[in-house]
Amino acid sequence: MSVDINSLKKEFPILNQEVYGKSYVYLDNAATTQKPLSVIDELTGFYKTYNSNVHRGVHYLSQKATEVFESSRDKVKAFINAPLREEIIFTKGTTDSVNLVASSFARSFLKEGDEIIISAMEHHSNMIPWRIVAEQYGVKLKYISFNEDGVLSFDQFLSLFTDKTRIVAVGHVSNALGTIHPVKEMIAAAHKRSVPVLIDGAQAVPHANVDVKDLDCDFYCFSAHKMYGPTGVGVLYGKKEWLEKLPPYQGGGEMINTVTLDKVIYNELPYKFEAGTPNVADVVAFGAAIDFMKRLGIENIAVHEDQLLQYAHKRLGEIDSIRIYGNAPDKAAVISFLVGDIHPYDMGTIIDKMGVAVRTGHHCAEPVMEFYNIPGTIRASFGIYNTTEDIDRLVEAVERAKQMFS
Amino acid sequence: MSLKEKESQIVEEFSMFDDWMDKYNYLIDMGKSLPLIDEKHKTENNLISGCQSRVWLHAYMEDGKVFFTADSDAVITKGIIYVLIRALSGETPDDIMNADLKFLDDIGLKEHLSPTRSNGLVSMIKQIKLYAMAFKAKQN
Repeated sequence: MSVDINSLKKEFPILNQEVYGKSYVYLDNAATTQKPLSVIDELTGFYKTYNSNVHRGVHYLSQKATEVFESSRDKVKAFINAPLREEIIFTKGTTDSVNLVASSFARSFLKEGDEIIISAMEHHSNMIPWRIVAEQYGVKLKYISFNEDGVLSFDQFLSLFTDKTRIVAVGHVSNALGTIHPVKEMIAAAHKRSVPVLIDGAQAVPHANVDVKDLDCDFYCFSAHKMYGPTGVGVLYGKKEWLEKLPPYQGGGEMINTVTLDKVIYNELPYKFEAGTPNVADVVAFGAAIDFMKRLGIENIAVHEDQLLQYAHKRLGEIDSIRIYGNAPDKAAVISFLVGDIHPYDMGTIIDKMGVAVRTGHHCAEPVMEFYNIPGTIRASFGIYNTTEDIDRLVEAVERAKQMFS
Repeated sequence: MSLKEKESQIVEEFSMFDDWMDKYNYLIDMGKSLPLIDEKHKTENNLISGCQSRVWLHAYMEDGKVFFTADSDAVITKGIIYVLIRALSGETPDDIMNADLKFLDDIGLKEHLSPTRSNGLVSMIKQIKLYAMAFKAKQN
C-alpha cells in the first residue's frame, strides 16, 4: 500500500472530530462516504469563482462553468472506460438513473406479458422502479435466488430466461451482504439471448476497478456520494445505441433542440436525458472526487479495503455467538452481523455511544432480511480512510453492548 | 401521584447516574418492568410504524383514565416506551393530550430520545395521544 492512511485521514475534516468525547470512527461508507478537502474546496470554489448556468450563456463565466462541468463528464468516461462521452448522463443518483432507464425502457419496449429479471438481493432502488413499471405495463418480475452464503444461483438465473425476457437488472455488489456478483458472466449469458442488462454499480465503483467496455453492460448506474464526492449527483452510463433508442425521461430546458407549437425535436445525447439546469456545482466537485480516487489508485483502494474486510471477518468472527450474514467468496468492504438474540437497534445504539458509526436495520433490502428471517443486521462498511484500529474499536463496542444485553 | 409528580420522580431517578452507560443500563432495567401487552393484542393493528424495532401498544379505559400496555423486540425501545407509559398511564384523556412531556429533555438522555432519532419516540407519543383522543371522543 503506497498510501499513508493516517496522513490521508487529515484530508477529511469530519473524521478529525470527537463524538461523545471519543475520536470518531466512521464505518457507514456503504451509505455514504466522507468528503476530502479537495472535493469540499472544489464545491465552494465553484460558487466563489465560476457559478453560472451551463451550455447557454455567451458570457465568460457561463463558458467557464460549462467547461468545468463537461470536464467532469470526461473524467467519468475515463474512470469507467466508457467508449464515448455522450454515453455519460448525469442524474441525481443511482436511484434516479435506474428510474430513468426503467421508465424510458418500459415506454418503448415493454408490453403486457413481458418479463424482467432482477435478483432477490437488490437494493430497493433497483427493485421498486421495476415493480412500478411491471405493475403499470402488466409485466412479470422474476427473481434470481441466492443461497445462505449470499451467492446468487447462476443456474437458476439461466432458467429464468424465456422468449419474453426483455431486460435483466442486477446489482454489481450487494449493499446488505457485500457479495460481488459475477456480472460479466451474467451479462454474457443475457446477451447470448439478446437481452440487455442494467447494472446497479452503486456499491462497486467506490471499491474496485469498473470497466464498462470490458463488462459489456448496456447500462451502468452509480452515485458520486459513495465515491468521496457530493450528494445529489449520479451517473447513468448507457451504450449509445440504447440511449438513442430510449425516449426522453423528463421534459424541459436543455433537452430540446427545436420547439415550435406543433413540433419538438429533442437534443442529442447526452443532453436528451438532462432536462433542466443540471446540478452544476456538485458535478464539478464530483470531478475532484474522481481525481482523488485516481490519485490514490483504485487498485490500492481495493487492496486496502480487502485487508480491512479480512481483518474484520477474523476479529468479529472471534466474538462468541456472532452470526455474519454474507459469506460469499467474493466480497466487497461490507460486513453484516448479529450477536446472539440482541436486536440490531439495541446493539447499534450502544455502538454509536462508543463513538463508532455503523448502520442498523434492513439496509433497504427487506427481502434479504426476510430470507434470513431477521429484523435487520448491524452493518459495518469500509472506506479508504479506515484502519484496523477502527475495526478494533468496533469489536470493543460490540463486546461492550453484548455485556449490557446479556 | 399527579403526572407532574411522576415526571419529576423519573427525572430524579435518572439524575442518580452520571455515566451514560449507567443511564442506559437503567433504561434497559426499566424496560423489564414494562407492563407487557397481552399476546392477543400483539396484532398488526397495534404495531407502531416509524420505529426500527417493532413496538406494539395497547390502550384501555377504566374509570375515566387511560391505561397502556406495550412490548417491543428491542430492549432499549422497551425502556423508552416504559418511561412514557409510566408517566402517562392512568391519566385522563385530557391530561394525556395536553402533556408537554418536557421531562424527556431533563432525564439526560435527550440526544437519544430526541425526535430526530429513528427510535420511533415521536411515533409512540403520537399513538399514545391518538388513543387518548379516541377515548375522549367515546366518552362524549
